[in-house]
Amino acid sequence: MSTIEENTKDSVDAAVKEPGAPEKESEKIEPGLAQGSIIVSFVIGLAIALIIGWIVFPALLYSEKEQPFDFSHEVHNDLVDGCESCHYFRDDGTFAGVPKLWLCRDCHEEVQGGTADEETFVYEYVWNDREVPWRIYSKQPDCVFFSHAAHVVKAEMDCETCHGPIGESDSLKPYEENVITGYSRDIWGKSISGLNKKHIWESMKMDDCADCHKEAGMESSVQTKKDACFVCHK
Amino acid sequence: MKKGHEHKNPKKYGMVIDLDKCTGCGACMVACMAENNVPFKKDESNKLDSITWLRVYKLTNNKPYPDTEICYLPRPCMHCEGSHGHSPCVSVCPATATDYSTETGIVSQIYTRCFGCRYCMAACPYHARYFNWWDPVWPTGMEQMLSPNVSPRMRGVVEKCSFCYHRYQLAMEKAYFEEREDLEEDEYQTACTEACPAGAIVFGDLNNKGHAVYKLKSDPRAFRLLERLGTNPKVYYLSSREWVRRQGDNYLEHEETGKARQKVHH
Ligand code: HEC
Ligand code: HEC
Ligand code: HEC
Ligand code: HEC
Ligand code: HEC
Repeated sequence: MSTIEENTKDSVDAAVKEPGAPEKESEKIEPGLAQGSIIVSFVIGLAIALIIGWIVFPALLYSEKEQPFDFSHEVHNDLVDGCESCHYFRDDGTFAGVPKLWLCRDCHEEVQGGTADEETFVYEYVWNDREVPWRIYSKQPDCVFFSHAAHVVKAEMDCETCHGPIGESDSLKPYEENVITGYSRDIWGKSISGLNKKHIWESMKMDDCADCHKEAGMESSVQTKKDACFVCHK
Repeated sequence: MKKGHEHKNPKKYGMVIDLDKCTGCGACMVACMAENNVPFKKDESNKLDSITWLRVYKLTNNKPYPDTEICYLPRPCMHCEGSHGHSPCVSVCPATATDYSTETGIVSQIYTRCFGCRYCMAACPYHARYFNWWDPVWPTGMEQMLSPNVSPRMRGVVEKCSFCYHRYQLAMEKAYFEEREDLEEDEYQTACTEACPAGAIVFGDLNNKGHAVYKLKSDPRAFRLLERLGTNPKVYYLSSREWVRRQGDNYLEHEETGKARQKVHH
């Protein structure tokens, strides 16, 4: 007990004695200058915080993942009859999404062009009868219900409106995965703030869906005056 | 986008359950659980812990033999309209996790939004809402058999009957693909309706003159549960027995069931 008391006493004494010298110095500093340095350090602190929040954090938040191999839409669009020969609707109105192996097999029983990507595809997947584990850029969380028929057939929207120019691309862009949620970066979009959005496909968050629905006059929610939760959720 | 959304006639999905036909077999409960990924436990006897979106209750007239009578009453979520969609649960939810759709009349529950305060359970006079005290534990291999059309739930959230809303979503998707706007009556039916061997559960759009429920809801045998609270439920019951109808609400001795109902109808 006593040692602790002594120690505290010592340090209290030190605290009283020590700042004696600097105190005099700070008296010399003009009040305007002190305020100035507070503002400067605030601005620097803010800048650091913003850099961490807007640049460092997003860079850490997303990890780039490779697709199993590269795929060129450009090459294939010339060979087949439009997008719907690979991305088609089933008879019950559901959308088949990314094509399964059976759609490729007729042409890819053997290697045709001889690129490394095609070889990977044929030798590892076609010959082993393995489905390609594509990473889906637009994949929404499990609790979301999305209907291609409602947008493509009923509302007559183009694929590009929501997906951007993927359908014309010659090679696949990297897939960026949010390391916390596991969702694709295409959901939130590149811009963290969501401001200066020029195309609908730049992000596809809940509000992006709901805002377009509201514009189209869909406001069935009693709670939000936007669209009801059960339109897009299941 | 070339075509916007044209305003259609809003729908109001509801149910009419004929208690004269119900045998209490429980097929509706089973079908509901299988359809909606409802978790279950080895011991389901603790009713504070078990989850039954649709529950069959047993009513008795409390008379001694030989006058004893019983009646079974299946209870889904009533999808209360309240006044203008302000059903009891929707009004109290601080998280906007439950919502009322003016397009379908269905009360939704979004599990990812719910944080488990259970105000809605306290507000619901029908005990139609259930809390997940535990994460669901499926028998080995059963996760593979869950329906991808219904979000599974986790510990700490409230869940309830959705009138099999995913079936509406899929039916609408097919309709859009076939360039139709409206559904036929049989295109959207709940799992319990389809499972009932007695045909006691009838489901459809209460606003649509062509649907069976439209006529049945005005049947002289029809009543709703706790109607006088003003919850405006969308589930109607039919019973030819006065003692059953009386159990649907709290009546004074001199009150007759049909008349008391008239008061809140306007
Ligand atoms: C030969 C078959 C084929 C044709 C034809 C085709 N695609 Fe694809 N599409 C694919 C395959 C395989 C993928 C998966 C690889 C990838 O992500 O690009 C894909 C992926 C996509 C994706 C990305 C989905 C996502 O979110 O990951 C979009 C968008 C798409 N296609 C649009 C189109 C459009 C638009 C057309 C017509 C202009 C088209 N496709 C024609 C095979 C095809
Ligand atoms: C109509 C026939 C046809 C179909 C169907 C088809 N391909 Fe191809 N594919 C070709 C031809 C021809 C080439 C060679 C082009 C070249 O290299 O000159 C090719 C090239 C490729 C390549 C290497 C070049 C590149 O980067 O795209 C890959 C990978 C590939 N295809 C994957 C697929 C997949 C996956 C499917 C199924 C979704 C598919 N193909 C369906 C005809 C087809
Ligand atoms: C209104 C916006 C919208 C339009 C228009 C649209 N899509 Fe999509 N697409 C989406 C969304 C959102 C998803 C993700 C769905 C999900 O994960 O549930 C998706 C998913 C996909 C996928 C991946 C599905 C999978 O999981 O396998 C493909 C492929 C695709 N779309 C192709 C197309 C094509 C081709 C068209 C044009 C015919 C098109 N989309 C039009 C929004 C749209
Ligand atoms: C117009 C379509 C739409 C409507 C209406 C809508 N949502 Fe969403 N919601 C989405 C989409 C798409 C996502 C996934 C992308 C995201 O997280 O922004 C989502 C994500 C969510 C998430 C996060 C889920 C997760 O796992 O990350 C919650 C919680 C949620 N919504 C709740 C609601 C509630 C509550 C309502 C009603 C008040 C509602 N939503 C209405 C489209 C919608
Ligand atoms: C650019 C505009 C736009 C975007 C973005 C959009 N939608 Fe839609 N959506 C529409 C329109 C318009 C309709 C109505 C079609 C009709 O009934 O006329 C619609 C209809 C729907 C329907 C069917 C509604 C019903 O009543 O059956 C669902 C489900 C849906 N959208 C979900 C989504 C989700 C989820 C997203 C985001 C991932 C999304 N939408 C993004 C314009 C959009």
